[in-house]
Amino acid sequence: MQQALLDYTLYLSDNSLILGQRNAAWCGHGPVLEQDIAITNITLDLIGQSRILYQYAAQLKGGDATEDSLAFLRSEREYKNCLLVERPNGDWAQTILRQFLFSCFQRELYTQLTKEKDSTLAAIATKALREVSYHYRWSREWVLRLGDGTAESHTRLASALENLWPYTGELFKGADYELALGLDPAMLYTNWLSAVQSTLKEATLSLASFASCFMQTGGKTGIHTEELGFILTDLQYMQRTYPGCDW
Amino acid sequence: MDSHNLEEQFQHKIDQEIKIEPKDWMPDAYRKTNIRQISQHAHSEVVGMLPEGNWVSRAPSLKRKVILIAKIQDEGGHGLYLYAAAETLGQSREQMINDLHSGKAKYSSIFNYPALTWADMGAIGWLVDGAAIMNQVMLTRTSYGPYARAMVRICKEESFHQRQGFESLLVLSKGSEGQRVLCQDAINRWWWPALMMFGPRDHESTNSDMSMKWRIKRKTNDELRQQFVDMIAEQIKVLGMTLPDPALRWNAIRNHYDFGEINWNEFWQVVKGNGPCNKERLEARKKAWGQGAWVREAAQAYANKKNTRTKAA
Amino acid sequence: MQRLIKKLYYGDIPDAGGGTAPSNDQQPTTDWPLWEVFIRSKQGLDHKHVGSLHASDAQMAIENARDVYTRRQEGVSIWVVESKRLTASNPAEAGELFEPAADKVYRHPTFYNLPDQVNYI
Ligand SMILES: [Fe+2]
Ligand SMILES: [Fe+2]
Repeated sequence: MQQALLDYTLYLSDNSLILGQRNAAWCGHGPVLEQDIAITNITLDLIGQSRILYQYAAQLKGGDATEDSLAFLRSEREYKNCLLVERPNGDWAQTILRQFLFSCFQRELYTQLTKEKDSTLAAIATKALREVSYHYRWSREWVLRLGDGTAESHTRLASALENLWPYTGELFKGADYELALGLDPAMLYTNWLSAVQSTLKEATLSLASFASCFMQTGGKTGIHTEELGFILTDLQYMQRTYPGCDW
Repeated sequence: MDSHNLEEQFQHKIDQEIKIEPKDWMPDAYRKTNIRQISQHAHSEVVGMLPEGNWVSRAPSLKRKVILIAKIQDEGGHGLYLYAAAETLGQSREQMINDLHSGKAKYSSIFNYPALTWADMGAIGWLVDGAAIMNQVMLTRTSYGPYARAMVRICKEESFHQRQGFESLLVLSKGSEGQRVLCQDAINRWWWPALMMFGPRDHESTNSDMSMKWRIKRKTNDELRQQFVDMIAEQIKVLGMTLPDPALRWNAIRNHYDFGEINWNEFWQVVKGNGPCNKERLEARKKAWGQGAWVREAAQAYANKKNTRTKAA
Repeated sequence: MQRLIKKLYYGDIPDAGGGTAPSNDQQPTTDWPLWEVFIRSKQGLDHKHVGSLHASDAQMAIENARDVYTRRQEGVSIWVVESKRLTASNPAEAGELFEPAADKVYRHPTFYNLPDQVNYI
């Protein structure tokens, strides 16, 4: 049970960290200064979430584990983040859609977790839910702008949807540690889908062609895409080159 | 009122320390000087995001990562406040950005130096932000109101930049042998470029005279540079590191530190575009702006559609 | 008296010599519209002008204002208004607008001397 709670906490923190690490690449390169600052605020929220969660995980793990040893010193197969968050940034459409699909999921997930019996997780979820609700709102508005903006933005958003949709199924497929804690994510699916569907519809996009889409899975149990190795190379560079230092 | 009279009144206001506001009469050259200076200041903030941005993905701890991201994001905000201040003088942001991309407008040369190791993040915060702050504190009293107000806001935010830089170096200086080497090396590489940030020697500075008369600038380049050297020469003792200048020593008669001659040839070469990263920096800005074009258009198109729909309804 | 400020001509007083706007500001820009941002720093205080920013619509302007101007908990409420919709007084008329108030000292409480016994008025 303790192991399941630890794994689950790591799953949550890895999700936030890896998406934060991805989004961070926009800092200084956004399409307009105002939005550069906006997405960076989301980045800071996500990495902030991951820190609190890693701190909790370190406590659960005991020994000399710290937020940084968990964030930086595990191997590829030990990261539990879903595949969706490690997808490349691509263009603004892909980044926005990835954020929207994930924030929409995170919103359902954290809402559920606020009622969780583990009081630490419940408290973390309560705080994070406020941030996530804003991410959802911000990314949703951008989905509308891009989908219903120009012909080009519509096409770009449509192709982002094609790229990302196969990675959404995994979010709702319970891993052992989720099921052990009685937190089957399948329960979140209906709400998530209806929010996504109505937003996409308003954005003049349809999910019709994805009805029988084959879903990629594995991230939650440590089988990742090739992307993760590169992400970790950057992420872990300093800790691996200068082991055991304070920063 | 003839323009001679207006000009006299204008200078009178300046001499009385009364701020000039956007709709007030001002000499054409005052407007142009301000547009040039404010927009170049804005460009510096935005281009300045790039060297540090390179290290976000590789920051050594989560704490340092969020500090660095927040710091870089602040610089974006500074760019934004400054563009807005320049816009009150009649220049559109797009025009300013085009001038940057075409090479017509300059930005601070310091950002044409590469950020090679993690310790550079500390050295940039301490030395580069430190040098910028000297300038910016002076500019909170500049004569053009919107510029002065932007600087007040910026200075409030800047105070954490230099502190986090110094503190990050302090940790390195107390760390392993490898960390101390990183620390000294970064100081060695950033010291002279930081001194160059104050611009040419006073007698070679072309814009100084009018800028001083109009109180756009309030201290000369050399005055600010000396102030900076005096400050850093003391602070480095806390780090237990050295500054790469054999001529640096306290001068009890002047009550200032003496320091060696800046390599002015290097300074002018970097200004002219021959610094180590001039091309990369400009390319990165152009790329971000160019690839953002469809995004900006889409948002505008969507807003227009929504407007038409509300009107029709 | 009513005069719309167009930010692009801000500062330009066309009827006198000098002070002309830069020549290139006539070009149309694809910038998103400019918005002025007002922030209430805490409950009970007035909104105060803090600066401006670009946004494609009002909703985005509010969100950008939140991201740009309240990163350090500077606000609890935000107003935005498109810059071109702001009307400002003309500095050339400052004399007639504001100087008449200067000699009306009797509007200020300190104009009245009261005996010490009458506290707290
Ligand atoms: Fe700055
Ligand atoms: Fe700074």
